[in-house]
Amino acid sequence: MSENQMNGAEALIQSLEKIGIEIAFGIPGGSAIPIYDALYKVRRKMKFVLVRHEQNAAHEADGYARATGKPAAVLVTSGPGAANTVTGIMTAYMDSVPMIVVTGQSVRGMLGKDAFQEADIFNLTMPIVKHSYLLKNANEIPRVIKEAYHIATTGRPGPVLIDVPKDVGTEACTAELEAEMNLPGYKPNPKGYGPETIRQIADALAKSQRPVIIAGHGAVLSRAEKELRQFAETLQAPVATTLLGKGVFPDSHKLSLQGLGMHGTAYANRAVVECDLMISVGARLDDRILGVPSQFCKNAVKIHIDIDAAEFGKLVKPDIRCRGDAKTVLQDLLPLLKKGDTAEWIKRIEGFKKKWPMTYAKKGGLHPPQVIDALNKLTGGKAVMTTDVGQHQMWAWQFFRCDKPWQFISSGGAGTMGFGLPAAIGAQFGRPGETVVAIVGDGGFQMTMSDLATAVIHKLPVKIILMNNHYLGMVRQWQDMFYDERYSGVDLEGNPDFVELAKAYGVLGLNLKRAADIPKVLKKALEHPGPALVNVEVVHHEEVFPMVPPGKPLEDTVLCHPRRKPGRPAGRKNGPAQTGKKNA
Amino acid sequence: MSKEIPAHNLSIYVANRPGALARIAQTFSRRGFNIESLVVSAGATGDFSRMTITAKGDEAGLEQIIMQCSKLVDVLACREHTDEEVVARELALVKVAVDSAHRGEVLQIADHFRAKTVDLSEKSIVLEATGSSEKLDAMVDLLSKYKIIELVRTGKVIMARGERET
Ligand SMILES: Cc1ncc(C[n+]2csc(CCOP(=O)(O)OP(=O)(O)O)c2C)c(N)n1
Ligand SMILES: [Mg+2]
Repeated sequence: MSENQMNGAEALIQSLEKIGIEIAFGIPGGSAIPIYDALYKVRRKMKFVLVRHEQNAAHEADGYARATGKPAAVLVTSGPGAANTVTGIMTAYMDSVPMIVVTGQSVRGMLGKDAFQEADIFNLTMPIVKHSYLLKNANEIPRVIKEAYHIATTGRPGPVLIDVPKDVGTEACTAELEAEMNLPGYKPNPKGYGPETIRQIADALAKSQRPVIIAGHGAVLSRAEKELRQFAETLQAPVATTLLGKGVFPDSHKLSLQGLGMHGTAYANRAVVECDLMISVGARLDDRILGVPSQFCKNAVKIHIDIDAAEFGKLVKPDIRCRGDAKTVLQDLLPLLKKGDTAEWIKRIEGFKKKWPMTYAKKGGLHPPQVIDALNKLTGGKAVMTTDVGQHQMWAWQFFRCDKPWQFISSGGAGTMGFGLPAAIGAQFGRPGETVVAIVGDGGFQMTMSDLATAVIHKLPVKIILMNNHYLGMVRQWQDMFYDERYSGVDLEGNPDFVELAKAYGVLGLNLKRAADIPKVLKKALEHPGPALVNVEVVHHEEVFPMVPPGKPLEDTVLCHPRRKPGRPAGRKNGPAQTGKKNA
Repeated sequence: MSKEIPAHNLSIYVANRPGALARIAQTFSRRGFNIESLVVSAGATGDFSRMTITAKGDEAGLEQIIMQCSKLVDVLACREHTDEEVVARELALVKVAVDSAHRGEVLQIADHFRAKTVDLSEKSIVLEATGSSEKLDAMVDLLSKYKIIELVRTGKVIMARGERET
């Protein structure tokens, strides 16, 4: 071996650096030691972060990518190490997040023999990766890394897994780092449409009197915010955003309907119900925004723009399908647009907004929306916000005012509890100078809180706002509303003292118990130079509204609890049971 | 009787990489499609394989499967073909238990279907037949009057007629 001869693991690390991976998260183990040895020996620019659980490694890489648009790497060992990443990979896959996951593996000769810590992670993860590799020899490594990066970041992004047998890591790699890709079947196709499709869309738009635009993650990923705004303003069409589309159209814009769907605004849902044309820009139209798929925009012309052709007709059959990158499509569409004559429609929507404004209770204890609203004021809407999954997530989505994309990071498709803190850590690595706030619940936080250590070690000033309702609140809400209050397995008795817990890690811990203290306590946390956790003792029983009950169409959006008895400690002001339909 | 679920002919041209078959099979099983037959063979060049799949399921599910398969990184093309668009062939080997008393009858059936005798022993006969799947069904049906000891069929392979790509 000549002096600068590398082994497979060294080629791996160098290839990752060469392709532009700036940060890796992980935990080593027997099968990954060659990779970690290479980290020690040949790593130059790439940052490495030792985490406390492999699931967190994947969520941190995920948060990094969602905050920057750039993929990060995950480096873990075989068997349990690899298996622990599964939830994180699935979360990234469901939300089209690029990621490179490198798993150590038993030596080649032991594969399939139930070797110590052997898990067939290649097959285990097959349905939740965009693509994957099981390396056969070290000389493949430069090509595979290049391909993996290309696949992860182009077209509809997603995670790519590379399984590296230990002896592939230790054998000599004689291949040049400058490798050529060999992907004859891969066709991301950002322009899979012709001029006639664009003309068809323009014609349909010209005929519409009540158009609605739905913007999703695809619009964010293609960085189409400018075009989207121009599109909406020219057309004078209202824009609703999905959970992952939040910010791609400014929440504060006059044409914004904010979120739609199960916990969307009543005016967004009403607009979608009444529209005569729905154009989806990079939203996959999933069941959480559709209500009942077969009844969604039943009488409207439906136009679907998506880079992934497999999204067309999955739940909603579009009248016009346009396969392409959101930005490219809008750029092609804009010159053909005529100024929309929608004054009447916009006026009607203004009426919806007045009739069903997004309000929240301020009396009778602390309410999560109050805290989110205070954060809006204190951060000037400039913070990057991550969330966990549950009621607090929906309130964060509803009440965080955000006018830019890449600012609201939440597990949508997978709805993975435990996502909030590690995602915030990843986001903070990606955007060091900015305020990163994690809105988490007492349930989900406890799933991944071990990475408080990571925040402390790396001096990441993440602000954890823990909405402590002592319940698995979202499940409790469903049991309350749809299961006659049979609360089963939702009481989080035995919660630790989160402030003491934070302190044990070296995180500033603060309690927030009274509404009057909100600005003071939040300010203290935000001004603290290091990581801080605020334990917010919120009302235990409170429901997220508006809500489209499961199995119901958007017409049946309810604004408050249908059975709430006066005098109960309900958060929201009681009112008559209302549906969008009855009030329209 | 319940409504007949339609069978579809799919032809998939795929880079010859580990896992490709599993990925394709998963897109079917995830959507409740029953694969009736699956033939994997070398393509015109060694780097590629041709898969011919016959599967039963509804139209909407099929459209999803075609799109999901097409999206797989290793897949170059995934197409559905109607029976009219393709030539379709299948090969069957049938081992029938026959004594000398019935051998003549069995050979007569074989002759009718242009099946060849490829093995003959005192108690059994192995017939080889090629043709459309329906023709093979008919032959097997007639032979089942005798004792079929074993039946092995390749599954349908198809090729588009004329200038069309399979
Ligand atoms: C890993 C995981 N397990 C279970 C669920 C189901 N689930 C959804 S929301 C929720 C409750 C979350 O409770 P908490 O974190 O306290 O948030 P809250 O709803 O109270 O705001 C549960 C259990 C999930 N989404 N993810
Ligand atoms: Mg809770």
